[in-house]
Amino acid sequence: MKEAMQRLREASIQAILESDSPDSLENLRVKYLGKKGELTAILRQMGKLSAEERPAMGQLANQLRGDIEASIEKRRAELNEAMLAKKLEREALDVTMPGEKPQLGHKHPMYNVLDQIKEIFIGMGFEIVDGPEVELADYNFTKLNIDEGHPSREWTDTFYFTEDSRILLRTQTSPMQIHAMEAKELPIRMIAPGRVYRKDEVDATHSPMFHQIEGMVIDKGVTMSDLKATLNLVVEKIYGKGTVTRFRPHHFPFTEPSCEMDIQCHKCGGKGCPTCKGEGWIEVLGAGMVHPKVLAGCGIDPDVYSGWAFGMGLERLAMGEYKITDLRLIFENDVRFLEQF
Amino acid sequence: MKLSRKWLNEFVDLPLDEVDDKAFAEAMTVSGSKVEVTEDLSATLRNVKVGRILSLEKHPDSDHMFIAKLDVGGAEPVQIVTGAWNVHVGDLVPVALHDSLLPTGAKITRGKLRGVASEGMLCSLKELDLSTHDYAYAEIKAAAILGDYHPIDPLKPSVSPQIQSGDRIFGKVLAAAVEKVETVGVNRFRCELSLGGAAAETVTDCQNLHRGDLVAYNTAEDKICTLADLHAEQREFPHCIEDGIFILHEDVQPGDDVAMLLGRDDHVVEFEITPNRPDCLCMIGLAREAAVTFGRELKLHEPVVEAKAGGDIRDYAKIIVEEPELCPRYIGRMVKNVKIAPSPEWMRQRIRNAGMRPINNLVDITNYVMLEYGQPMHAFDFSCVNQGEIHVRLAREGETIRTLDGTERKLNPAMLCICDTDKPVGVAGVMGGENSEIVGDTAMVLFECANFNGTSIRRTATALGMRTDASSRYEKGLDPENTYRAVQRACELVELLGAGEVVDGIIDVYPGKKERTTVKLEPEKINALLGTDIDEDTMRKILLDLGFDLEGDTIYVPSWRGDVEHYSDIAEEVARFYGYNEIPVAFTGAISTCGGFTEEQQCERLIGQTCRSLGMDEIITYSFISPGYYDKIRMPADSPLRSSLRILNPLGEDTSIMRTTILPSMLEILTRNYNYRNKRAALYEIGRIYLKREDGLADEPKIVSMGAYGPNMNFFTLKGWVEALLESLGAAKPHFEQERSNPSYHPGRCAKVYVDGKYVGVLGQIHPQVAANYGVETEFYCAELSFETLLAVKGALPVYKPLPRFPAVTRDIAVVCEREIPVGELTDCVLRSGGEYLEDCQLFDVYTGHHIPDGMKSVAFSLTMRAEDQTLTDEHAEETVKRVLLALEREYRAVMR
Repeated sequence: MKEAMQRLREASIQAILESDSPDSLENLRVKYLGKKGELTAILRQMGKLSAEERPAMGQLANQLRGDIEASIEKRRAELNEAMLAKKLEREALDVTMPGEKPQLGHKHPMYNVLDQIKEIFIGMGFEIVDGPEVELADYNFTKLNIDEGHPSREWTDTFYFTEDSRILLRTQTSPMQIHAMEAKELPIRMIAPGRVYRKDEVDATHSPMFHQIEGMVIDKGVTMSDLKATLNLVVEKIYGKGTVTRFRPHHFPFTEPSCEMDIQCHKCGGKGCPTCKGEGWIEVLGAGMVHPKVLAGCGIDPDVYSGWAFGMGLERLAMGEYKITDLRLIFENDVRFLEQF
Repeated sequence: MKLSRKWLNEFVDLPLDEVDDKAFAEAMTVSGSKVEVTEDLSATLRNVKVGRILSLEKHPDSDHMFIAKLDVGGAEPVQIVTGAWNVHVGDLVPVALHDSLLPTGAKITRGKLRGVASEGMLCSLKELDLSTHDYAYAEIKAAAILGDYHPIDPLKPSVSPQIQSGDRIFGKVLAAAVEKVETVGVNRFRCELSLGGAAAETVTDCQNLHRGDLVAYNTAEDKICTLADLHAEQREFPHCIEDGIFILHEDVQPGDDVAMLLGRDDHVVEFEITPNRPDCLCMIGLAREAAVTFGRELKLHEPVVEAKAGGDIRDYAKIIVEEPELCPRYIGRMVKNVKIAPSPEWMRQRIRNAGMRPINNLVDITNYVMLEYGQPMHAFDFSCVNQGEIHVRLAREGETIRTLDGTERKLNPAMLCICDTDKPVGVAGVMGGENSEIVGDTAMVLFECANFNGTSIRRTATALGMRTDASSRYEKGLDPENTYRAVQRACELVELLGAGEVVDGIIDVYPGKKERTTVKLEPEKINALLGTDIDEDTMRKILLDLGFDLEGDTIYVPSWRGDVEHYSDIAEEVARFYGYNEIPVAFTGAISTCGGFTEEQQCERLIGQTCRSLGMDEIITYSFISPGYYDKIRMPADSPLRSSLRILNPLGEDTSIMRTTILPSMLEILTRNYNYRNKRAALYEIGRIYLKREDGLADEPKIVSMGAYGPNMNFFTLKGWVEALLESLGAAKPHFEQERSNPSYHPGRCAKVYVDGKYVGVLGQIHPQVAANYGVETEFYCAELSFETLLAVKGALPVYKPLPRFPAVTRDIAVVCEREIPVGELTDCVLRSGGEYLEDCQLFDVYTGHHIPDGMKSVAFSLTMRAEDQTLTDEHAEETVKRVLLALEREYRAVMR
C-alpha cells in the first residue's frame, strides 16, 4: 500500500507538472483526488490493514492528498500567470500612435496679457472699471485739459459722430479717469482697460482700433514716490524681478508732472541693440500726477487730495511678450495664430 | 529736431571728448529732452581723401573712360579709372579710396574696370550727399564732343561720321580738334584748336574737353558749342552730360579728409521734443536745457545791427495786421543793395548738418536764424510787393497762390495770408509765394519775423497738405518776444556776410503783447506732490538757471515757456533737474481699498473659460463695420438695427458704422479662416454692440458671440455648447423654441433660447444665402447671446443635494406621433406627467421610415425613476410609464409603438 501511494505521488505530480490548462488540471484533480479517484481507491483498502498500521497509513495518505492539492494549486497559479501574460501581450498597443486630444480653446493672446495685468493690480487693491466707447468730447478731451484747437481733436485724428464734434469714439481710456472721479467715492484705485480708436490706417504697427489700460489712484497724500513704487512693482511682475526702470519727463495735458517709464532692454542689458533701437531702453508707459486742474474740474479739492495716473498700450505689450511682429495678426483672428497661445 | 554738437559748443562748452554721445543722450533724456538717435556724420563718409590729378590717359578698351593717377597724400600715387569727362590734370577731387564709405551707403572697394586696376572712385557732388546749392561752382557745363555723337536715325546723321577738323557743320560752326587744354581759372579753360589747316585759341567754361577731342566751334562767336548751341538732344551725345566729378576749389591739400572739409566731423543728435516745448526746437532752447542739465554756463549773444544803409524802413514799407488774433506780432526789417551769393562754408555746414539744404545767402540766413532761435522767418523780394504794403489778412474766396515749391494752391477764407495791396505773396507761417521769391537779381529784401496763432497755421498747413519746417514750429505756438531777437540776428548776419545793407528802423506791429505769467513758489506743495524733500534754494537755482525770474516767492515765467502756469508745472521743472530717478521709491500712503473682480466681471471670465473648455478660441473684432454687412446678413430694410451710429469721418466705408449686431463680425472672421483653408474653426467673442440713444451716445451691451464650422459641427453641437454654457453659469434649465423668421439663419435650424422666461439669444445654422453672400459653401453655425441676460439668469451658489440612497429603475418607451410635434414638447409632457418617482427623461431615438406611417415619427425615451426612501418595485415603474403614455396620447395623440 505504501508503494502504491508512492507510485501515485510520483505519477500525479508528474502529470500535474505536465498539464497545460486549467481544464486538464481539473481533470487531474478529479482523477487523483475525486470521490472515484485513485487516492480514494487506495484508501478503500485501509480496511485490510491492521489497527497498528492504519494511523500511520492514514497520515501518509493525508500528506499525499495535501501535496497533490498543493501541486495543483501551484500549477494553477503558474498557468493563470502565463495566460495573463499572453493576454497582456495580445493587448499591447503602439503607444507612439497619436492620442485622442479634445479640442482645447484658447484665450486671445492680448487678453492673456490683459488678464495678467488685471491680476497684478487686483493684488494691489485696484478695481477694474469699464466705460463707454462712444464718448463725449468733453470727457475725452476738455475735462482732461485738452483744449479746443489741440491737434488730437482734429477730424483727421479722431472719429466723430456729430458735426459739432461733440460725440466721438474715445481716443484714449483717459476719460475713464473723469468718469471714476465723478462717480466713485474717494479714495480710488482703479484700472480701466478697453478699446480706443484713432484715425490711423491699418499697417504692421497701426490699427484704427486698439486697446489701452488706464490706471489711477486718488487719495490723500499720494505722491510721485507712490507712482514710481507702484509702477516699478507692476513692471517687475510683468518683466521679472530685478527689471531696471527709468523715469523721464514727458508731456500729457492731464498730468503734471508727467513722465514716461522705460525698462532697460532685456536683450542687450542697456548697451543698445536693434530691439531697443540702440537706446538701451524700451518705453513701456506714460504716467504722471493727476493735473490739479483736472481734479478740481471733477469736484475734488486738489489741496486735500492728490493722485497719479498711467496709461499703456496693450497691443504693444502683447506683441513684445509673444514676439508678434505684425499688429494685423491681432485682429485677423486666424485660428492658426490663435492656437499658438 | 537735429542738434549739431559742434554748433552747440558755441553756446555751452560740452566737448565731445568730455561728454560722449551716450552720456549726452542719457543726461538730456532724463532731464526731459528725449534723444532718439545720435549720428556720427564722419562715420557715414569714411576714407574719402582729397586727391590731385597727376596724369590722365584714355582707357585703352573704352571710348569714354579715363585712367587717372592721383596724389592722395601718400608716398605713391594711386590709379583710378573714371567715366567722368570733367577732370583735368592738376584738379583737386574727392577720392573714395579702397574700403571707403559714402553717405549714400555705398561701399567702395578696389577693382578692375575693363581690365584696368582702379583703387577706388572719384566722387560727384551727389555721391557726397551734396548739391550745387552747397557748392555753386561745381555746376558742370558740357561741350558737345563730336566723337560721342550717336545719331537718332543712323541713316540720317546730322554730323557725318567721317567729319574732320575744319569741316563745316552748319553756318559758321566748324569741326575743330582740341590740341591743348589749360585750366586758367575756376571753370575757365583755354583751348588751342586746329581747324583743318587753320588754328584758333578760345576760352571756354565747358569742363569736359581734352586733347584730341573733336568739337563744334562757332567761329563767328568764338565759342565751343554745347548741346543747346547745336539744338541737340542729350541722347545724341550720351556722355556729354552736365554731371561729373566734384572739382574742389578750396584751400585743401592732397590727403586731406573730405569729411572734415564738408563739416562732417560732427555728431548730430536727433531729439523728440514734446509739443509743449516748442522753445526746444532750436539751438538756443536745447543749449539752455543742456546748460542746466550739465551745470554749465549758457553763453548767449546779443545781436548788433549797424544798419549802415541809412534811411528808414518806413520810407519804403507799410505793414497792416488785419487779423490781430491770428497774428499777435509782425516785425519787418529791410535790406537793400542785396548781393545774392552762396553763404559761407561754415553756415552751409551748419544748415546741412541740421538736415536742411543751403540755397543762397539770404534764404540761408532765414533758415539759420530759425535753427538758432526757433523763429521761422521769411524774406520777400520787396520789388514784388505791390506798393510796398504788407497786409496780414485772411485769404479771399477764390484766391490762389503759387508757393515756393512751384505748386498752385487754392486758398480759402480760413487761411491767414501775407498779402500786398492786391494779392497774397505768402501763406502765413507755411510757405512764401513764388511771386516774391528771392532770386539772383533781388536787390531789396523785406524780412518778415512774425508770430502767428498755432492752431490757425496747423489747420492751414493740413488743409494745403504742406507741413513745412516753419509751420511745424508755428503750430505749437511760439513766443512772440523771440521775434525781435531773431530779426536782429538775421540783420546782423546780413552785415556779417556782406549780403546787403540793412536799412535803419524796425516796423513792429504787436497787438498781442501779454503780461508775464507769474506763479507762486510753494516749496512744501512741490515736495508734497513729488514725495521729496528738496530745499528751497535748490528749487530757486533750477528756476533761475532756466531763465525764470524770482522776486520774493513770485516766479516770473520766461516768455518762451508758455507751458508753465501752475505750481504743478513748477514742480515738474524742479523734478526734471533734481532728477525723476532721484525721487524716492516708496509707498507713502496706506492702501485703503480692496480690489477685486465685480460679479459681472467674474461672470464674463466664467463664460470665457467655459467657451474655451468647449474648444472655442477667443477672437477680437473691430467695433465698426461696413453698412453693406446688414444686407449681407439679410437684415430687413426696415429693421431698427439698421439705424447705426455713423462715423462722419471714417477711414473708409468698411469701418464707417458702429455695429448693432455682432453677427457680421463673427461671419467675417469665420469666412477669413475658411478662405485660409483652415479645416475647422470654433470661435467666441464677448464684444459690444452699439445702440444709438436719444442723447446721441450709445448703449453698449455685451454679446456673447459663438461661431463655428468644420467636420462634426452641426446644430446640436452648437446647442450643446449653449446648454453647457448655461449649465456652467448654474442657470435654470433652458427652453428652446424653433425660430423660423430670423433672416440670417436657416429657417429650419434656428432656435431661440430662454431661461426662466427670459430671452437669452438665438443660435443656429447660418442661412445658406447669407453664407453665399460671404462666398462660402460650408455650413456656419453661430449663436448670439445677451451677456446681460446671462448675468441675470446666472444661478445662485449651489446647495448640496444628498446623493440617492436607493437604486434607480429605468424603462424605455417609444411612441408614434405626428412628425411636426417637437421632441421638446413631448419631453416636457413626460416630465410634467410622470409623477413623483420620475427623475429624468432622455431622448434616445427618433425614427421615420419603414413601419411608420407617412407624416408620423417614432420617438423613444429612456425614463429614470427613483424614490428617496425605498427601492422601487416593478409596479411603481409600470404605473409611472402608464401615466406618461396616457398623457402623451391625450395631449399629442402619441401612441405606444
